[in-house]
Amino acid sequence: MDYIGKSNLRVDAYAKVTGSAKYTADLAPRDCLIAKVLHSTIANGEVISMDVTEARKVPGVVGVFTCFDVPDVEFPTAGHPWSTDEKHQDIADKKLLNKRVRFYGDDIAAVVAVDNVACDKALKLIKVEYKEYPVHTDARSMLNDKDAPILHPNWRKDNVIAHTSFKSSDDFNYDEAKKKAIAEYGEENLIEVVKNVKTPRISHCHIELPISYAYVDTNGKVTVVASTQLPHICRRVVAQALNIPWGKVRVIKPYIGGGFGNKQDMLYEPLNAWLSVKCGGKPVMLEIPREETMVGTRTRHPMDGDVRGLATKDGKLLCRELVNYSTNGGYAAHGHSITAKCAGIFQNLYKNPLGVNSEAYTVWTNAPTSAAMRAYGVPQAVSFAETLTDDICEKGGFDPLKFRMDNLCDENLKAGGVEFYTYGLKKCLEIGSKKIDWEKKREEYKNQTGPIRRGIGMCCFIYQTAVAPIALETASVRMILNQDGSMQLSIGATEIGQGADTVFTQIAAESTGISPDKVFVMSSQDTDITPFDTGAYGSRQTYVTGNAIKECGVILKKKICEYALTMEDEEKLKGKKLEDLDVFDNYVVDIKSKEKLVSLEKLSTTAFYSFTNNQHITAEKTTDIHTNTFASGCTFADIEVDMPLGIINVKDIISVHDSGTLINPALATAQVHGGMSMSLGYGMSEEFILDPKTGKPYNNNLLDYKIPTAMDSPDFKVEFVVMKDPTGGYGNKALGEPPTVAPAVAIRNAVLNATGIGFNEFPLTAQRLVHEFKEKGMI
Amino acid sequence: MFDVSFVYEAKDVKDAIKKLVENENSEIVSGGTDVLIRVREGKDAGMGLVSIHNIAELKGVKQDGSGNIIIGAGTCFYDITHNEIIQKYIPSLGEAVNTVGGPQIRQTGTIGGNICNGATSADSASTMTALQADIVLEGPNGERTVNIKDFYTGPGKTVRDRCEVCKHFVIKKENFENYHGYYFKYGKRKSLEIATLGCSVLVKLNSAKDAIEDVKIAYGVAAPTPSRAYKAEEFAKGKKLDDKTLLDEFAKLALEEMKPRDSWRASKEFREQLIKEMAKRSLVNSIRRAGGKIEYYV
Repeated sequence: MDYIGKSNLRVDAYAKVTGSAKYTADLAPRDCLIAKVLHSTIANGEVISMDVTEARKVPGVVGVFTCFDVPDVEFPTAGHPWSTDEKHQDIADKKLLNKRVRFYGDDIAAVVAVDNVACDKALKLIKVEYKEYPVHTDARSMLNDKDAPILHPNWRKDNVIAHTSFKSSDDFNYDEAKKKAIAEYGEENLIEVVKNVKTPRISHCHIELPISYAYVDTNGKVTVVASTQLPHICRRVVAQALNIPWGKVRVIKPYIGGGFGNKQDMLYEPLNAWLSVKCGGKPVMLEIPREETMVGTRTRHPMDGDVRGLATKDGKLLCRELVNYSTNGGYAAHGHSITAKCAGIFQNLYKNPLGVNSEAYTVWTNAPTSAAMRAYGVPQAVSFAETLTDDICEKGGFDPLKFRMDNLCDENLKAGGVEFYTYGLKKCLEIGSKKIDWEKKREEYKNQTGPIRRGIGMCCFIYQTAVAPIALETASVRMILNQDGSMQLSIGATEIGQGADTVFTQIAAESTGISPDKVFVMSSQDTDITPFDTGAYGSRQTYVTGNAIKECGVILKKKICEYALTMEDEEKLKGKKLEDLDVFDNYVVDIKSKEKLVSLEKLSTTAFYSFTNNQHITAEKTTDIHTNTFASGCTFADIEVDMPLGIINVKDIISVHDSGTLINPALATAQVHGGMSMSLGYGMSEEFILDPKTGKPYNNNLLDYKIPTAMDSPDFKVEFVVMKDPTGGYGNKALGEPPTVAPAVAIRNAVLNATGIGFNEFPLTAQRLVHEFKEKGMI
Repeated sequence: MFDVSFVYEAKDVKDAIKKLVENENSEIVSGGTDVLIRVREGKDAGMGLVSIHNIAELKGVKQDGSGNIIIGAGTCFYDITHNEIIQKYIPSLGEAVNTVGGPQIRQTGTIGGNICNGATSADSASTMTALQADIVLEGPNGERTVNIKDFYTGPGKTVRDRCEVCKHFVIKKENFENYHGYYFKYGKRKSLEIATLGCSVLVKLNSAKDAIEDVKIAYGVAAPTPSRAYKAEEFAKGKKLDDKTLLDEFAKLALEEMKPRDSWRASKEFREQLIKEMAKRSLVNSIRRAGGKIEYYV
């Protein structure tokens, strides 16, 4: 391969470093009106009345719009492909502004004015009268209150979005399996761990805030320029929310400053579009401040799971169970998908000879809406599965590495249409354990006393690369040959900071023979121009769109070669047949000898301007894929615990990934660094917390919500097991999300190794550590 | 856009006072790292801002004829940390203000603002309290000097009148000469952080360097205002460094005088543990800096 596996510089590196790259706010017209949203100050209830008289009088205010003014249309917000099967459509449970308030900070009114100061003044003058209902901010408390008001009576008879059980067999029952195990092995030969694990509500903390501006174009199209991960889905949802034909909406996505799944939901784009329509189609900009973003957009699901596991005294894992209560917040957004994915990974990470039950509830609550966040329920899945494993090992005196080698899922795993077309998990364990010096350190860290202790721990994961076969996986690509033999690459898939444009460029170069410097990827998506793609989510794009680009490249190359054969004046092409030709390094070449026959520059110029054989050489391809392959990997962490202060110092940490071929190794490594940093936050410091009585957020700002800084980050070490996956365009598997799965739990397990205490509530904050050490009389 | 009714760039202190007196709904802005946040949050929205940012006489660090250190209120954190006088005589203050926020904030925020903001969490406050700084204020009725122990009246509250400009701080020679100090900031992360607890210790050893001659310990966030632990200080005076009860007793007494509270930011149990442990570690580090030997596990 000529252009795959090379660490090309990002195609947008200079633009982003110099600040010349244009983001949504940079593009807004000068006369743009500004909008701001009024949020509820109760967590559950109804808006009885709203008085906007004084607000309307504020100089500069153009309009005040309330939950009593919006269309009576509930729309779905999830960034899932639309399903033509009604049963598989996302729950449509949200209006542009809501009279029925479901969480503290729900959107109840909006002001449009000439500037933000006028907006703020007007917001303060709106008088709201509420009727209040009891508040439940977490799934269990909501389920325990049989009299709790039902948040979405149009959709369910209670507050449960869904309840599923993934079992090894329909009749599996953990207690029965345990009885069977006792009969077979004897109770004295078994080890059981029963516990509860809680995971935090996490904020995505993308640097660029959710922002959009909308206007009605001269052709009547409602146009939204938005920081979204998925412009084509955004177009559909805006149309649904406004109840207008889909083709009447146009969405443009410029450069975006991160999304991490938050911008995989339609956040405020539909409201923004409606506000512009209400203001006569004038451009209106809606930027959501950080404080409101943390509350009013989406979060990672806080989960609360009862976990059980049984093993024999010689280290054979027998059966496991997870009963998980997942807090979804006020609106369904992604519905049950995330909790279900969590359940699936818990179920399949290990072999369960006596069976497994992975049960999940997703519950509407009076909390900020949880939805997609990088790794989509899998960090929680390994928080359950991999803390259980280490607790079993601790109790049974097993080496956690050997126990995993013996009990982890193997290359034969097939689950829900996903399988390991290449299996590198155990190879990852071998490399990681060697690099961190596992055996020596496990020995060294035995029987420590004193206030400062060292520990080493690990965590594994498996990860579905795409969403097939559960959801449609489609991608479209258009390649246009320019007059000079360079190429425009137009894709519906989006660059959101992850480096997609760069790897797409390399894939396009590889498949066409046009060198990367002559491939011009169109970074901005515009639904009026760009071919369809469902966008950036999951770890799908390099896999799904990568396949489409590869296939499109084959078509373009064939067209180029066919044209070459018509160039009668070219001596070197005389007598050649199509099968003799290839394109390499911007030349049509002889496929065997690689002899240069004609340059693409000459070929293109001829094609564009020929009187006799005029052609505009383009190619287009839509690919929908139906395969899906597991990626996998692990993290090893070597830590020091300063017990009197509750501080965990990460001394050494390494992640090893089985992600198939790396299209761009430098970008792949950077992807892992970012994911590890994110997981460090999940593991040690980040939790978005609410007052359980009122639902009011405590720390919806970046001072009180503790995302790790560079100073808090150790050197992240990264290794890869490279195996060419037959289903990936060029052998690649998931890498976008997997890095953010394992580090947190590896650190937790290292703390267990250091102190003998297995913490079961994430993040492992100093306060939690100090509390536990004091309880146990260790400090 | 910020909702401020006016911004006035004062020529000198008297000019600033005049403008503040004339406009009831106005306040002083210097670095702006607290005031502009309050404006954005809506708390100070609509106010007029009287800027003392460009008043040269408020900036810089110097020594007077008696050797006292004078720190201009408008001196930014970065300039304090990198000042030769500070580095020579009270490096722990330079280190303390070097823990504020991040590099940009430290280039902008000033020590005057940090103290006058009245926050118990201010990174300069506990060290300035341990140094027993005098605060020089000038208002419509002239100049007055307030010792830092009398300056704070509650969370976010001080004796400074809205129309008074904090001009400078005086650290008396006897309060820093032969003392060695250490500021321990405990945060939930290592930068861009507000202190969960701050602890500043200044210690003077005897000439044999085997006993404590004098010690000052002050905390931030252990009570509603920056607070000294006088009983702990009294106890430690004269104690030998090899006295096995020294650290535990010092920490225990320090805790007795503090009033940590339970909040969502930190539990009382956690704060109490930090108050004790940080007393020990700050004292140990100060003693070591003073050239004394003391055993501890860190």
